[in-house]
Amino acid sequence: MEKLLDLLPQLGEAAWETLYIVAASLVFGGIAGLLIGLGLYVTRPGSILENRVAFTVINVLVNIFRPIPFIIFIAAIQPLARLVLGTGIGNGALIFAISIGAAFGISRIVEQNLLTVSPGVIEAARAAGAGPLYIVRTVLLPEALGPLILGYTFVLVVLVDMTAVGGYIGGGGIGNFAIQYGYRQFNPIVTWAAVLVVIVFVQLIQFFGNALARKIMRR
Amino acid sequence: MTDVVKSYPPSQKGGDPVVAIDGVSIEVEHGDVYGIIGYSGAGKSTLVRLVNGLEKATSGSIVVNGTEITSLKERSMRTVRGDIGMIFQQFNLFNSKTVAKNVAYPLEVAGRPAAEITARVTEMLAFVGLSDKAKNYPDQLSGGQKQRVGIARALATSPSLLLADEATSALDPETTSEVLSLLDRVNRELGVTIILITHEMDVIRSLATKVAVMDGGRIVERGDVFDVFSRPQNPASARFVSTVVQGVPSPVEVQTLRTRHDGRIVTFSFRDGNNSQAQVFLDLAATGIRFELVYGGINDIRGRAFGHLTLALQGEYAAIDAALARIGSYSEVTEVH
Repeated sequence: MEKLLDLLPQLGEAAWETLYIVAASLVFGGIAGLLIGLGLYVTRPGSILENRVAFTVINVLVNIFRPIPFIIFIAAIQPLARLVLGTGIGNGALIFAISIGAAFGISRIVEQNLLTVSPGVIEAARAAGAGPLYIVRTVLLPEALGPLILGYTFVLVVLVDMTAVGGYIGGGGIGNFAIQYGYRQFNPIVTWAAVLVVIVFVQLIQFFGNALARKIMRR
Repeated sequence: MTDVVKSYPPSQKGGDPVVAIDGVSIEVEHGDVYGIIGYSGAGKSTLVRLVNGLEKATSGSIVVNGTEITSLKERSMRTVRGDIGMIFQQFNLFNSKTVAKNVAYPLEVAGRPAAEITARVTEMLAFVGLSDKAKNYPDQLSGGQKQRVGIARALATSPSLLLADEATSALDPETTSEVLSLLDRVNRELGVTIILITHEMDVIRSLATKVAVMDGGRIVERGDVFDVFSRPQNPASARFVSTVVQGVPSPVEVQTLRTRHDGRIVTFSFRDGNNSQAQVFLDLAATGIRFELVYGGINDIRGRAFGHLTLALQGEYAAIDAALARIGSYSEVTEVH
C-alpha cells in the first residue's frame, strides 16, 4: 500500500498517457476507419457508387488486416513506423500502430452502422436529385449518427485495451504501469490500482457515449 | 414510354435474366392523374422508377417533358429529377432532420438561395396543413402527417410531375382519404401531373383519370378509369374491379344465389348516358313478372354512373323471354345459367 502511495505520480502520468494515446488513435484511426467504412458502404453492390472491383479490394484488405492479433501487428508494423516516423518505439509508434490496426476494425463497425440507414431514405435523396457525395454528407452520416456514436464508444473502449500492450515497444500508459510496477514487482495492489483506473475510464467513456447517442437519437 | 424493357441479370449463373418490365409503352399527358395498378411483383414500382432514372431501362425510349432520358448520364439525370417529385409507401423522410429541413432538402440540392428556401418551405407546409409542425421531427408525426411532409418535400421545387409509389398503402382508411384529397388538390390547384402506383383499386377510383393494369411486366389493359371500371376487358382488370365494385356475380356466387332464389337469374348492365334502369323496371312490371334484386349495385366514378343489377325473375317462361327481348333492344341483358 505504501508502495502504491509512492507510485501515485507515476500512476497519474500513466493514466494521462493512456488518455492521450487513446485520443490521438481515435482521431487518426477513427477518421481512417470512417473513410474505409464509407468506401465499403458506397461501393457495395446496389449502393450509390456501386463498384465491384473497389468493393472487393477494400473488403479483402479489411479481412486480411482485421484479424491479426494486435500484439503481433504492433511488431509487424514497426518497420513502417520507422519509415514514416523515424522511430519504431515510444508513444508515437504506439499511436501509429493502434491507428492503423484499429482503422480496419472501425471500418466494419462504420459499415454496419451505415447499413442501418433505410435504403428508401437514400432513394428519396437520389429522387431529389442529390449526388452520391452530397448524399453521404447530408443524409447518410446524419441519419446514422446515433448508431455511429455508439459504435465509436465501443471502439474507444477497445482502444483503451489496445494501449495496454504499449510497453512492448517502449510506450507508456496504464497497461505499462501495471506490468512494470505491479506484475513484475509482485505487487497486486499496484496492479489493481491500474485496473481501477481502467474501469473508471471505461465507465466514463460508456456513460458519455450513451448520453450523446441518446441526445442525437432523441430517445 | 415506348417499348421499354427492364431486365435484371439472372440471380444464378446460367439462369435466364429476370424481366421486370416487358415491352411497355405508355403515354401520360400533362394534367393526367395516371393510375398504374397491379399485384406485387407486376413490375409497377420498377416502371415508376424508370421515369426518374432511379432504375435504368435495358432498352426502349422514355421521354420526360421532351427530354429523352434513357441516354442521359447520371449527372444530367439529376437535373431532370429536379422537375420530378416522388413520394413513397414508407414516406422515406430524413429522421435526423426537422420537418422544415426535410421540405427544404430538394431546394438545397438545387442550390436555391436561403431566403427563397425559407419562403418556399413556409408556403409548402401551409399547403399541406402542417405549418405548426415545422420544428418537429418525423418520428413525432402520425403516418398521415408524414406522408403530407413527403408530399410537401416532393413538391418543394415546383415539379411538373409527381410519382406516387404506393403512397397510401401504409395508411389506415381515414388517413388514406385525407392524403388522396390532398393529392387531388395537388393535381387541380397546382396543375401537377401525377403517376400513381397502387394495388388498391379504391385509390384509382377516387383519384385517377386514366388507368393502366399491369400483370407480369406488361400492361394488359389501359384507358379511361370509367371505361375500365364499367367494362374491364382483361381477367386481371376484372379481378381488380371486382374488389371495389359488386358487378356480375361469379359462378360460385351464382350457385349461392340459386339456393336462395327460385326462377331465372338475369344481369342487367347500365352505363351512364341513359336512364334505362327506370325503363327496365317498368317493362318487367308491365308483364306481371315478379322480380327481386339479388346482387349488384350502381357505382359512381367522377360523377358518371354505371353498374350491374342481377335480378331473380319469376313468371311464365314465354313472358320472361318476351320481356328480356324487349329490354335487350335498349339495354345490356345477360342471363346467368
